[in-house]
Amino acid sequence: MLNVATAPLQQPAVAADERPVVLEVAGLSKSFGANVVLRDISLQVRKGETVCLLGPSGSGKSTLLRCMNWLEEPDGGAVLLGGQRVGVRPGSNLRMSDRDLAAMRTRVGMVFQHFALWPHMTVLQNIMEAPVHVLKRNKAEVRREAEALLQRVGLADKMDSFPARLSGGQKQRVGIARSLAMKPDVILFDEPTSSLDPELVGEVLNVMQDLAREGMTMVVVTHEMSFARDVANRVVFMDGGYIVESGVPEEFFGAPKSDRARQFLARYARG
Amino acid sequence: MSEFAVVWQHRDLILHGFENTLIIVALSAAGSLVLGALLTIPLMSRNAVLRGAATAYVDTMRCVPFLLFVYLLYFGLPSLGLRFDNWTAGIIALLIYNSAYMGELLRASWADLPKEQIEAGHAFGFSGWRLFRRIILPPVLFSALPLIGNQLIQIVKDSAFLTIIAVAELTHEATSLQTTYFVPFASFVAAVFLYWLTCVTIEGTIGYANRYAEERR
Repeated sequence: MLNVATAPLQQPAVAADERPVVLEVAGLSKSFGANVVLRDISLQVRKGETVCLLGPSGSGKSTLLRCMNWLEEPDGGAVLLGGQRVGVRPGSNLRMSDRDLAAMRTRVGMVFQHFALWPHMTVLQNIMEAPVHVLKRNKAEVRREAEALLQRVGLADKMDSFPARLSGGQKQRVGIARSLAMKPDVILFDEPTSSLDPELVGEVLNVMQDLAREGMTMVVVTHEMSFARDVANRVVFMDGGYIVESGVPEEFFGAPKSDRARQFLARYARG
Repeated sequence: MSEFAVVWQHRDLILHGFENTLIIVALSAAGSLVLGALLTIPLMSRNAVLRGAATAYVDTMRCVPFLLFVYLLYFGLPSLGLRFDNWTAGIIALLIYNSAYMGELLRASWADLPKEQIEAGHAFGFSGWRLFRRIILPPVLFSALPLIGNQLIQIVKDSAFLTIIAVAELTHEATSLQTTYFVPFASFVAAVFLYWLTCVTIEGTIGYANRYAEERR
């Protein structure tokens, strides 16, 4: 079998190589019963990079993202965060304790498709919850930062609202602010705009674009091709559990190397 | 003198029973809510043994008539050398019995929570007790509020069974009033009225709490 998973990674993405690797996936595999979802996936994400995972539904991209912070436990391979194995005790193959895993997860932000805000907390409380109760940081200081983050995502006036009172776009911007409050090394976005009304997609993508510009390290599973083309430093195209090709957006969108990518893009071009 | 006048004359007796009913209900309601909430942890556990044991307890309680359970605790256990006074036996019975119901209804509410909400807890570094206490339990309680209200009313009604082990609660005092003065209609109507008042107060409180909970779920 041709190992298409690693081949494109050997092409150096110009300039990006200088930056340290924040997140690395090596030889990852995952099955649900007889259904093989990820096959020998390897991928590196460097500091400040925005990597978009593209591919048809069921191609494994969301599962790959969820394996990165061990919300899904892979069957084989490794995930490394700043060089440290995620989910596995150092020097062994034993599962990491829940407590150690939780501590590691605080370094990886996550933005969910259906927002996943905590409904019993106000917007401000949602943002402050983990920094105060997990990281045990000073409450007043966290509050100041949370207010600044809300300002940044344009929701300062919604601070005391409950999530139930917000639009989808607003919820997702709170979701992003909640991740930023943890000052993570990398943020994982799992189809952040897929459950939004079309007219609300823009406000979320704008916030993400600003983050990318400011040098946040991001891995984004998305169906927003224009976002991938304009904002990503690198796109990774997946199909059938493989990484089919990977490269800078100009190459991928301009001259895709594989038939599958061409078909995929043609379908989007037709709309 | 009319029957009601007799009851009014001996209202101290009825009110004493009512007071005891309120104490019993308050203790068992608070206790079974706390125990029921804790019971959801084994009920939702990934550990099959733990989950099986908790489920067996809940199923047993749901299949035993409460009256029989009270008999068992008060009259049956002394055969095994375990003897409680009637108050202790009564409150333990209410607690054990209703904790199972509370646990089951809270478990169902937990199972209905959007999965992503709990995953977000994991993703942000919550685990164990802290995850349960801060991320899972509050929305579970908010969404289960109407069912909790029903169960509290059930506790009020179950408390009347304690008359058979001579706990001086409302039904017991109403019965003793009617046997002493032969005023069955008035004394039972008085008791029913006070039970109704208790239940209406509970419903009102839950309704109020529900408005508070509405935007939080």
